[in-house]
Amino acid sequence: MLEIKNLHASVLDIDDSEILKGIDLKVNKGEVHAIMGPNGSGKSTLANVLMGRFDYVVTDGDVLVNGESILALRPDQRAHLGMFLAFQYPAEIPGVRPWQFLKAALDSKAEANGEDKMTVRNFSKLFDEKVEAVGINPNLVKRSLNEGFSGGEKKRNEMLQLEVLQPTLAILDETDSGLDVDALRIVAEGVNSMRSPDRSFIVVTHYQRLLNYITPDVVHILIKGKIVKTGGPELALEVEKDGYKKHLSEVGSNA
Amino acid sequence: MTFATLPAAVDKYSEAYEAIAGTRSGSADWLSTVRRRAWQTFSELGIPVKRRGNELWKYTDLRPLADSVFEYGAVGSVALDEIKATAPWDDAWDTVVIVDGKFSADLSNLHGTFGLTAGSLGEATYSSAGDIEKQLTSLAGRERYAFTALNTAFLDDGAYIAIADNTKLPTPVHVVFVTSNLPASRATYPRLLVDAGSNISIVIIETHVNLANSAQLSLPVVEMFANSGATIRHYRVQMENEQSYHLGTTRVHQLDDSTFTSTTFAVGAAIARNDIHTQLDAPGANCTLHGLYMTSGKQQQDQEISTTHAKPHCTSNQFYKGILSGKSHAVFSGKVVVERDAQKSDATQKDLNLLLSRGAEIDAKPSLEIYADDVTAAHGATAGHVDRDTLFYLQSRGVDEETAKAILIRGFAEEMLDEFKPEALYEFVERVTDERIPVLLSESDALGTT
Repeated sequence: MLEIKNLHASVLDIDDSEILKGIDLKVNKGEVHAIMGPNGSGKSTLANVLMGRFDYVVTDGDVLVNGESILALRPDQRAHLGMFLAFQYPAEIPGVRPWQFLKAALDSKAEANGEDKMTVRNFSKLFDEKVEAVGINPNLVKRSLNEGFSGGEKKRNEMLQLEVLQPTLAILDETDSGLDVDALRIVAEGVNSMRSPDRSFIVVTHYQRLLNYITPDVVHILIKGKIVKTGGPELALEVEKDGYKKHLSEVGSNA
Repeated sequence: MTFATLPAAVDKYSEAYEAIAGTRSGSADWLSTVRRRAWQTFSELGIPVKRRGNELWKYTDLRPLADSVFEYGAVGSVALDEIKATAPWDDAWDTVVIVDGKFSADLSNLHGTFGLTAGSLGEATYSSAGDIEKQLTSLAGRERYAFTALNTAFLDDGAYIAIADNTKLPTPVHVVFVTSNLPASRATYPRLLVDAGSNISIVIIETHVNLANSAQLSLPVVEMFANSGATIRHYRVQMENEQSYHLGTTRVHQLDDSTFTSTTFAVGAAIARNDIHTQLDAPGANCTLHGLYMTSGKQQQDQEISTTHAKPHCTSNQFYKGILSGKSHAVFSGKVVVERDAQKSDATQKDLNLLLSRGAEIDAKPSLEIYADDVTAAHGATAGHVDRDTLFYLQSRGVDEETAKAILIRGFAEEMLDEFKPEALYEFVERVTDERIPVLLSESDALGTT
């Protein structure tokens, strides 16, 4: 599904700003990978680089999706391949209704893949179903996208998009930050209900607590732009208990 | 040096004025006097081409207008279908159609709505001259302003709307000013007088459309009187062709507990100005002046918005949004004056702009002049670009950059479009906006994104 090879990335137009310093990672179909790390380790950068954010430049290495390099693709083209990024801080977009925006997103994808666009009627039906499934207040999605939404509502809205767009590789960028336990559970339920042999997830998180609800197949510890340890779900519990100190010392201060 | 003191372009209008000065039989005597005085004023002022030291025209170069010659007097023929194709339309509305400044009984669609007088201003001036004589020019004639003076010098016809006390009109009244498609460049002087009685409620839609293919000059003057407790919901739609000049003046006088709410939709003309002033002249009056302007190519759109709080306990709210592309230029000049007696005034001013290209320019100057001491006031203006983070968010969902930008522009406009409540009117401004966005985008550049 996804293969990351020796990935190096820097901030655009800033010298000596390398954040990702050679990442190797392979996510197979149907797997859930957790990427854990302290602040500043580069985990959010990794999520954004995978989706093609303009602020970063890949200086070395490659990212393959289904065996093809995606580095030359625009974010929308990556989305058409089935990639999805749930944002840590979803943008507030005044005057744009979630309905309208998601219809445009599905239409673009259909167009790119040479498929027929969904009729407004069918889309409405799908949208209403998903709104109910995610448990978003139906009045909320009639308003502007994310505008005036609480932190929890924004994350639920991200889950709504995940449900509607049905990606094959979903990256969750610290989706748990700023969520209370109830909201956390809802996000986790959304992810769990979408787990399938054809869909992979990368869950980026600082804390282990989201992983109480989403059990990953593989856990990676990312420190200073490098994956320092890979293991099973038990690795997350170890971090919960001991913190990142042990791993920080493994990479040394000049890494 | 002597040239600079000569009023500009007066000679270009004097022949037409002389021609009508002696020949307007049928109109009331008092009107001849009004016209003569107005001509005198205009001939002293000329077209305002001086910009240095002239706050009103600091950012607007009217030399192209001053250098052009416009004919006067011809009234073209217009088919109803042409109006329906270019202006908002609903058969249920009481519609007054003015073609090249003249009331058209054939094209107008009036239902004899109870409590409403709507029709020709020219006829009204000599059939029921009492109030009209007092009202006409009493607002727009107070100031020495070239374009209201020029309009008044040629004052002959236009639209007259009066609403009897306590009347709540169930459907909107629409006034359509049409410039016909005669080939010559012509000057027209649209005029609208609204006398809103006590405790009335009315929705007035004012639309300016231009069917010509050449440069036209339109100098509309609107005067509105809001009596005690009157509620006026006003919409102004400006759809001139892109070679034309449109310099519109609206003057509103408000008595106690009256409410005047106006939303402008301005997309047309080479150079356009929406000059609106509301006088809050009794306690409890409030006004809301909103608008959306979109400019592309080398267009210029000015919003010259002012409110005077003359008495206590009045509220005013100015809020405009602009979307600029190409090498276009817009001016927001918002002014609020709170006079010494006007305690407990509440005034807000806001102008938000979306600049899509490096060549686009906005000059925004909200200003407050406060002479009372117990006042709540706030103002602000911003000019921004399409936000890159937001763009990335949309793109990450599979929407291409062009479509994402269109969605964001539309979203920016939506807040204003949403104010156009009558359904046929909303559909019209929505359609025009959706047609305009690709044009704006085609003239945008990467620098329109930050």
